[in-house]
Amino acid sequence: MPNPTESPAVEVVELQLETDRLRVIGVPRRRVDARAKVTGQTRYADDIFLPRMAYCKLLRSPHPHARIQKIDSSRALAHPGVYLVLTGKDLPIEYGIIPVSQDEQALCLDHVRHVGDPVAAVVAREELTALEALDLIDVEYEILTTVSDPEEALATPEPRIHDYGEEGNIHKRVNLEFGNVDEGFAEADEIFEDFFFYQGNTHLPIEQHASVAIKDPEGKLTIWSSTQTPHYLHRALAKVLEMSPAHIRVIATPNGGGFGGKSDPFNHEIVVAKAALMLDRPVKIGLTREEVFYCHRGRHPVLMRFKTGVKKDGTITGMHLQTLIDGGAYGSYGVASTFYTGALQTTSYHVPRYHFQACRAFTNKPPCGPKRGHGTVQPRFGQEIQLDKIAEKLKLDPAELRLRIAEAPNAVTANFLELGTVGLRECIRRVVKISSWNEKFRKLPEGRGVGLACSAYLTGAGLPIYWNAMPHSGVQLKLDRGGGITIFCGATEIGQGSDDVLAAIVAEVLGVTTFDIRIYTGDTDLGPVDLGSYSSRVTLMAGNAAMQAAERAKAMLTEAVGARLDVPKERLRFADQRVFDSAAPEKGVTFHEAVCLAEARFGTVGTVGSYTPPRSPAQFKGGGVGPSPTYSYSAAVVEVTVNPVTGWINVPKIWIAHDIGRALNPALARGQVEGSVYMGLGEALMEEQEFRRLPKRLSHALVHKFPSILEYKSPTSLDMPEIVVELVEEPDPHGPFGAKEVGQGPLLPIMPAVANAVYDAVGVRVDEVPITPEKIVKALAEKKAGRAPRFGPTYFPDVDWPEPLRVPPPWEGGDGRAVNEVRRSSSQRKEKVLRT
Amino acid sequence: MMRLPLFEFRAPRTLEEAARILDGEGTSAMLLAGGTDLLPNMKRRQQVPRTLVSLRHVGGLKEAQLTPSGLRLGACLTLADIARDPRFRNGASALWQAASQVATPHIRTMATLGGNICLDTRCNYYDQSYEWRKAINFCLKKDGITCWVAPASSKCMAVSSTDTAPALIALGARVLLVSRAEEREVPLCDLYNSDGSDYIRRRPNEILTEVLLDSLRGWKSTYWKLRRRGSFDFPVLSVAAAVQLGNGGIAQDARIVVGSVASRPLVATEAAKSLVGRPLDEEAIREAAALAGRIAKPLDNTDFDMSWRKKVATEFVTYALRELRGEDVRTERQRLTRYPFV
Amino acid sequence: MATAPAESQKTARIKITLNGEETDVSFAPYKTLLEVLREDLGHTGTKHGCELGECGACAVLLDGKPVLSCLLLAWECDGCSITTIEGLGSNGRLHPLQSAFANLGAAQCGYCTPGILLTAKALLDENPHPSRDQIREALSGNLCRCTGYLQIFEAVEAAMVQIAEWKKPGA
Repeated sequence: MPNPTESPAVEVVELQLETDRLRVIGVPRRRVDARAKVTGQTRYADDIFLPRMAYCKLLRSPHPHARIQKIDSSRALAHPGVYLVLTGKDLPIEYGIIPVSQDEQALCLDHVRHVGDPVAAVVAREELTALEALDLIDVEYEILTTVSDPEEALATPEPRIHDYGEEGNIHKRVNLEFGNVDEGFAEADEIFEDFFFYQGNTHLPIEQHASVAIKDPEGKLTIWSSTQTPHYLHRALAKVLEMSPAHIRVIATPNGGGFGGKSDPFNHEIVVAKAALMLDRPVKIGLTREEVFYCHRGRHPVLMRFKTGVKKDGTITGMHLQTLIDGGAYGSYGVASTFYTGALQTTSYHVPRYHFQACRAFTNKPPCGPKRGHGTVQPRFGQEIQLDKIAEKLKLDPAELRLRIAEAPNAVTANFLELGTVGLRECIRRVVKISSWNEKFRKLPEGRGVGLACSAYLTGAGLPIYWNAMPHSGVQLKLDRGGGITIFCGATEIGQGSDDVLAAIVAEVLGVTTFDIRIYTGDTDLGPVDLGSYSSRVTLMAGNAAMQAAERAKAMLTEAVGARLDVPKERLRFADQRVFDSAAPEKGVTFHEAVCLAEARFGTVGTVGSYTPPRSPAQFKGGGVGPSPTYSYSAAVVEVTVNPVTGWINVPKIWIAHDIGRALNPALARGQVEGSVYMGLGEALMEEQEFRRLPKRLSHALVHKFPSILEYKSPTSLDMPEIVVELVEEPDPHGPFGAKEVGQGPLLPIMPAVANAVYDAVGVRVDEVPITPEKIVKALAEKKAGRAPRFGPTYFPDVDWPEPLRVPPPWEGGDGRAVNEVRRSSSQRKEKVLRT
Repeated sequence: MMRLPLFEFRAPRTLEEAARILDGEGTSAMLLAGGTDLLPNMKRRQQVPRTLVSLRHVGGLKEAQLTPSGLRLGACLTLADIARDPRFRNGASALWQAASQVATPHIRTMATLGGNICLDTRCNYYDQSYEWRKAINFCLKKDGITCWVAPASSKCMAVSSTDTAPALIALGARVLLVSRAEEREVPLCDLYNSDGSDYIRRRPNEILTEVLLDSLRGWKSTYWKLRRRGSFDFPVLSVAAAVQLGNGGIAQDARIVVGSVASRPLVATEAAKSLVGRPLDEEAIREAAALAGRIAKPLDNTDFDMSWRKKVATEFVTYALRELRGEDVRTERQRLTRYPFV
Repeated sequence: MATAPAESQKTARIKITLNGEETDVSFAPYKTLLEVLREDLGHTGTKHGCELGECGACAVLLDGKPVLSCLLLAWECDGCSITTIEGLGSNGRLHPLQSAFANLGAAQCGYCTPGILLTAKALLDENPHPSRDQIREALSGNLCRCTGYLQIFEAVEAAMVQIAEWKKPGA
């Protein structure tokens, strides 16, 4: 703080409060891209129309599992209006988002793994022509055995869906032991063992994936695509097309919703890029809704077994979690997803000993991947329901139990995650208060109930997808003589408001409005790399990079203005588009003048900022999944009504408190919370990625039950309850202005809170999602028959686990490394590695 | 983007002209009214007519006439027209409740009464794209030989999914079918077959032009619809009930229709008969609900579990009859439909 | 599936009033209004999420009423008046619904927004003071995957107040 000499101290304090007040951050504002969106001017990928543009359609496999014997595309090629037909041999190089799972081909060369796997592409003058020509491609298949689910995969090692992975049709197995859980169970007063199943579901962005590629006038490739990860698409294109990344430009168009579903490099993107290069004309593909279901990458179906020991006072003494994961036909993010099904169990409540085993299997269905809450949603569902059961057995209020065992701020967990601020207790207290929990829990009449659940989530993955030592996010800032500011950053706007975050941070630091700033994002030619819009990383990582770039620009301007005004640098303030003396606010220059002064002094004013997350102490193999600069917390209370005859369930109201650190734009932050609640409620009650196996004696078919937006049930405006949102703001030192994530975390408590509320309403447990009337009726029938009043799985199948990696937790003197040697679990184990 | 196949488009101005075109084109022509059922089917290549005959400009099909003997409803009245018309709020309330709950406000603005009555039967194995259906080697209703809902069945089991037909049947409606050569009036309950493929007795050259209702004086009616969400979804079970109550609340006449559990709306004759001459007391309602529930034999080809849908059928008849005897069942209805206005 | 080559000639032709302007357009005869707006008239503000009438993203106003442009043959629009998102504002100013949606976070990814704005306009034109339930019902044919709808309802209510202010005598 400057120490002014000429004014009375008390006045100076007031003046400082006024000049130091945040003017952009924390103020509910129109987001920077709002006008474009409400006028229909936002240009999504499918809105791009270029002269001579041709259309592409993909021929997809009608078989869940088969070898391609022969493809004859001559009839299609002869069809009037068809320009090009591509098959697997045109794009044979394998790719995939994760370096160890390079298992996809843009067009399947000789092996199709699910209904919808692409085998050929037609490019034609009109989309209808391309569609018609698909039927003229003759493909001969040799049918292979269909593998429908993980248990079948465990029992069917041959034929293998992939020739890599652990063995047979097991893609990945994990066995991690943080302390001896058996000792924990021995100390426990009560031990709980519960089984849960989380059904798969999908993102369902309203925008269907689309891409347009051109060979640009210089002969290089440009592709516009609805992708959340232009940088990773950039790498995949370079690899498959065998081109230098320097000759490829990826432009991520604003996504009409992503939710994780546009985070992988996709076959259709690679195909149109190849076609555009071959034809030297623009090529567009716009997927149908059905094809979006085949891209999938949605929530993995997960079977879980939770064994937890507790003391009478609720203290957890040990936890053993097993997960069996249905991966679908490809690796996608699956290796990370597998670790995520156990990574965050320790972040909300203190777990002194933790044993985690996971197994992901390949099946002949569209590949699963990252959906909002990536991999952590499923075990959170189990953990929070089990806590409800524990509270009941211990005769503790579920909120009280959680308050007792909530993890401490800045703790290091059993699996070596370093927490930042932990607002969990405050979230619980707030949500208990606003929902009148104490007047409702176990007190509402039969058929009405409330349930509580909590969660934690990452604020950005601590490690990149591929190993490298470079920053995770970069920002370039250009200040021009007109007083304009331009932000260049690879960050991708998927609707979450990432452009607004960048603009808000820069505007706040430099004392201008967001309207004074231009933003170029998601373009690999124009901006430095940001890894993408996934893992709730943009606000913290791109935000910190923007902050650094802005602070550097501010330093240049400060020096130039200070010299001109002859005011000590520490007294200068940037606000209201001016740079002025905080001790004499009338003394100053406009921001525009400040930029000119700086340019005169230093030359062209441009700065850069970047962000690299802190190094995690989790140094064991697998410890790369879970670390984050800091974690967000949520607590939710859901009220339900349940009809005791039909099981019909309604949700009239939801209360949620979210520990966001600081809300940069409270209007958008609330929108993220409400949107998360919405998506969580859909998963809790109705959304389901379901498949049909036709009778085996008649058919080998395994099809998506109904790949449509009508039969995939996304709640409508009439299904949406009232939501009361509380933002808990305790700034976290890791985040820009203290901000933590808000885009994913608030989804997590909704599903278990609904389940717990159903139990409060009618006394039955539905230990799986979606929680449907049919399942409630079945559970009620069990209750009536005097059996366990529940619906859900009853066992966890045998899995041949590898030897556990033993990592002593911090309080047992562990240093984040395993004490036993890493041994390959199987001689057959092979990883599909990146060939570059 | 899903694209329509090629077709020839005809837009006759008169009914005669439309009938003449249909007569000449045979089964290769289809009528286009609101288009909300036909066009998605065409995009999925379930139906690929060579000619589309639009009824949009045909005069005289959009009127609702109230006559002393009853109502005449033009087949091209939109569902929104019907939902908005206060004349249907009394005896015919089953009709406006049904019309108000079809799909979404946009679709109700476009879709017609005649189109909803003639709605193609639906099935999880049929309402799919050409590519999807190829993956199951097609089905009995279109291009295949197996009914995947019931592989042993020689008959297609696709489900009647119209909201208005059960309501109208409960109201005793008749429909007028006009062809180039003749005009015939058919009780709506006789318009349908128990066959998902050959589900309607409208001949390919006939145009459904009007729905006729006798006076509903003394009748009360209601419609209960089951679907997953508050809008969009087709019914997967519906119950329409109408009773004529005399002195002392004794049922003089009754009709109960169960929809969306078979290839046609099912008339619960026994259940309705059991009510006649009795007050709608708990016992009468229980008996009728059990009888009506018995005829509902839903299959696994819609949303929701089939055995649960059957259970709910019984429950719905109970709700409907309780409502008709004057009980306040608004809470049940609102929770079920999440629709605030029926 | 048909195997004849696609008709690429724009052999169909209609006259419409598009956002108040007399418009003549030729198009391939299989096209819906959605395709003609986006591909033949360059009005890409109208979106699509299914093309089967299952999401509401393609809603436009046909003679003032909200309809799904994906289920309407362009043929059928001859002589009609069509309003798309491009025609919602006037004289360089945003419609109060647009301002409210922008200010209150009602557009996140923005993809369902045009369809919702037009549907909301039709509602306010017909009923200047809708209740929350009437708004919920009117928008029940527009899926939004981002917002959970609540900020959309609030924006419609804010616009309703704004429009009422404008209409006050002397305002």
